[in-house]
Amino acid sequence: MNVRELAHVMALTEFIMPEPEREVSGGYVGDLLSWVMGRAQNGNVWLTIMSNQNVAAVALMAEVSCVVLTEGVKPDEALRQRAEQQNINILGTKLSTFDAAAVLKQLMR
Amino acid sequence: MGDLKLNYTVDGGDLIQAGEASSKMKMTLKKLGLPPEVIRRASICMYEGEINMVIHADGGEVEVTVGMDTITIRLTDHGPGIPDVDRAMEEGFSTAGDVARDLGFGAGMGLPNMKRCSDDMQIDTQVGVGTTVTMQIHIN
Ligand SMILES: Nc1ncnc2c1ncn2[C@@H]1O[C@H](COP(=O)(O)OP(=O)(O)OP(=O)(O)O)[C@@H](O)[C@H]1O
Ligand SMILES: [Mg+2]
Repeated sequence: MNVRELAHVMALTEFIMPEPEREVSGGYVGDLLSWVMGRAQNGNVWLTIMSNQNVAAVALMAEVSCVVLTEGVKPDEALRQRAEQQNINILGTKLSTFDAAAVLKQLMR
Repeated sequence: MGDLKLNYTVDGGDLIQAGEASSKMKMTLKKLGLPPEVIRRASICMYEGEINMVIHADGGEVEVTVGMDTITIRLTDHGPGIPDVDRAMEEGFSTAGDVARDLGFGAGMGLPNMKRCSDDMQIDTQVGVGTTVTMQIHIN
């Protein structure tokens, strides 16, 4: 599955999606950035409620396939800009982090 | 062929912008065509080190040396130094303040990540003088 397909099946809001073809593999949930940095795998979907610019930098270094902001959180303006510059996919959902992770887990089976 | 040297200045105080140097380095390593896993590890090392310089030391300098078989990342700052390096290396130990924590930093996982993602890591530090962190990542 790629990011575009994920966005479609989970009905995600597409805030910034410069790389829709990026393949998705598994997921990681976390808001503490160095946990994400240390544990997220290349290609993971990263579920978080953090919406500041540093999210784009972490997504770039950890090479996640996309960021999904849960709980209805929206990216702040600086995050949008940085994500655009650095080709980071930022999506969103109104689902709680728990529910979003549960759906993702089903999809990844 | 000589080693390639990349130099970056990291501004202190700007936690929102932090990560610029790491992003630039990553782009350069990609252009050089290094193995993806090596680039990923080097990027994580550099980013955690860069953020530490911003949060804990008011910025500093980074020199990245790309040799035939090793990438060396050396981060130098003139911040407060680290009084107890063993303690600082423990997962979960952090002295980060509220501003950093509100942005998602301060889990006390940065130095352990750097250790794990590098093949060798050395911390030279003196309280009141500054800190130099040197990491090596083998290319093959
Ligand atoms: N360059 C530095 N100068 C002074 N102190 C430092 C420096 N780097 C790390 N430290 C000290 O070591 C501690 C642990 O660093 P580490 O990177 O593991 O965690 P953190 O930066 O506090 O949080 P995180 O990296 O998880 O966001 C820091 O809280 C700080 O006290
Ligand atoms: Mg840190």
